[in-house]
Amino acid sequence: MNRFEQAFSTLKENKNKAFVPYIMAGDGGLDCLVDRLILLEKYGATAIEVGVPFSDPVADGPTIQRAGIRALENGTTLQGIIAEIGKARQEVSVPILLMTYMNPIYSYGINEFVKDIRQAGVDGCIIPDLPIEEEAIITPQLEEAEIELIRLVTLTTPMERIKTISSKGKGFLYTVTIKGITGARNEYDSELNQFLMAVKEVSPIPVLAGFGISSQDQIIDLTKYCDGVIVGSKIVDLFNSQNLLELEKLMSVFKSKSEIL
Amino acid sequence: MNTYTLPNESGHFGIFGGRFVPETLMKAVIELGEAYESAKKDPSFQAEIGQLLKNYVGRETPLYFADNLTRHAGGAKIFLKREDLNHTGAHKINNAIGQALLAVRMGKKKIVAETGAGQHGVATATVCALLNLDCIVFMGEEDIKRQALNVFRMELLGAKVVSVTSGSATLKDAVNEALRYWVENVDDTHYLLGSVMGPHPFPQMVRDFQSVIGKETKLQFQLSVGTLPDALVACIGGGSNAMGMFHPFIEDESVSLYGVEAAGQGVDTEYHAASLTKGSPGVLHGALMYLLQDHNGQIQEAHSISAGLDYPGVGPEHSYLHDIGRAAYHSITDKEALDAFQLLSKLEGIIPALESAHAIAFAVKLAAEMDESKNIVVCLSGRGDKDVDTVKSRLREER
Repeated sequence: MNRFEQAFSTLKENKNKAFVPYIMAGDGGLDCLVDRLILLEKYGATAIEVGVPFSDPVADGPTIQRAGIRALENGTTLQGIIAEIGKARQEVSVPILLMTYMNPIYSYGINEFVKDIRQAGVDGCIIPDLPIEEEAIITPQLEEAEIELIRLVTLTTPMERIKTISSKGKGFLYTVTIKGITGARNEYDSELNQFLMAVKEVSPIPVLAGFGISSQDQIIDLTKYCDGVIVGSKIVDLFNSQNLLELEKLMSVFKSKSEIL
Repeated sequence: MNTYTLPNESGHFGIFGGRFVPETLMKAVIELGEAYESAKKDPSFQAEIGQLLKNYVGRETPLYFADNLTRHAGGAKIFLKREDLNHTGAHKINNAIGQALLAVRMGKKKIVAETGAGQHGVATATVCALLNLDCIVFMGEEDIKRQALNVFRMELLGAKVVSVTSGSATLKDAVNEALRYWVENVDDTHYLLGSVMGPHPFPQMVRDFQSVIGKETKLQFQLSVGTLPDALVACIGGGSNAMGMFHPFIEDESVSLYGVEAAGQGVDTEYHAASLTKGSPGVLHGALMYLLQDHNGQIQEAHSISAGLDYPGVGPEHSYLHDIGRAAYHSITDKEALDAFQLLSKLEGIIPALESAHAIAFAVKLAAEMDESKNIVVCLSGRGDKDVDTVKSRLREER
């Protein structure tokens, strides 16, 4: 059983929901990445999404854009990030996902990239500008290395296409809950609950909701209709303002009161 | 060469092109591809475009023999395809009309666009005024400073111009913001992309709308000279005027194709926009194409005196033509472009856009190396009124 299957079967046994935090690698300096991964596991992360900074992040809103700029100004490179994940692997046992735009991978060399992330112990990749039409550029290598490609579906994805996309994956289905880019939102589309239920209906793999999620209330509400959440901009903000108390509190959303005490 | 039918169905030119966009946009991109395929075959759609190009834009544009420039260069004859005489002053309107009519056909009421020099923004704002569409244009803060006149023109035409301050605050960043806006407003908005770049079907569609340039040139040249030209020269930012000029000639192997990139302060400095000369393949703004990037795959800032060439990538079809060797790509520095700007003004009484001045500068060098019996057609993609301030202050600095 790989780390993904492990993580989700444990959740299922405990009738719990997944909490996947996103952090921007290199924000605050690359040397704090290992510590942050350890901390997020301690706070109860089901899996951790590690963002790779890119100069032109078209799917991201201001919070993650700024985090990416800070990381790049720190001299963060994909090579450095993979090396740090390799170090963290000895101490972190939850699945680690790399979220990166396509160009840093292309520039690294696709074969080299897959070889190196496998060695570092990365369990999956999320590539926001790689729709299924283009994924053959990397899927043969990922499959051979047994690294999951986590695919996205959105409110604009037709149901037939959601079926196709969800049937390709093994890890989980990343369901984008807004028509827009990443970043905290106060309001969701009124049809979101129905959409999540419909996705859940057709997807053979766990369905996680992401984009725009920033509060415990939202998380509790959304997870009535899906298997868990991915929280990005809010976590990036909390690390940037070094508000670890708030972070721990947010991540304790699925824990029973006795566990917190 | 075999019959040229690229891109293939998935929008690829060899390894280049494709649809590297967030899933939120895939439905829109697929629908756009289908709508374009159906419109392309519809005679009434083509007739509508033809009517507007003739009566509103003023096509066909002249193919003008530049006698004085030819004598100055001392070699091959130089002809100018006068896209500067189009309504709004550049070739950009050819594409804006085609895409806006397609948006109307698709029932979209809102248009978003990016602009660098402002020529595409002005063309888009113009067509939106004509067809009663809402128009929002993203433009880099740097470009807004350089092209204040065009900003005012867009506003007069009823468009909302949004200043982009992220990144290098130029065309690349305006495309990022336009894409983000499209992601958020995809239901009722068409992204009227201004060059032969972006996800499929844009590179093909923009090329097709711009290929009126090459088609007219071919006919006009045939009528006046009786043969095919020996060489075509066009400037390249994203590459739309060049692709429109080249495409009808791709299978005519006797015709040499020359694309001219902006060398800025020189291709061996950090300040240029020569993506094919100095870049490498990568993925940006929805397509695999040649890019200026560092060795970690971060996109670099492009630099050129001309805002319209200030883009760190070049469309996928140019990337392909470069790799197979069908077109040759050269570069011209800011200094050379400035000289050509003045040269054409003085010799022919035509003030070219700084973008087009790059093509003129290269054509003069090329003509000098070719025999007097040979013929070159330069795509004079736009007029230079918008650049007069820039040139004036640059020349004052030099003195």
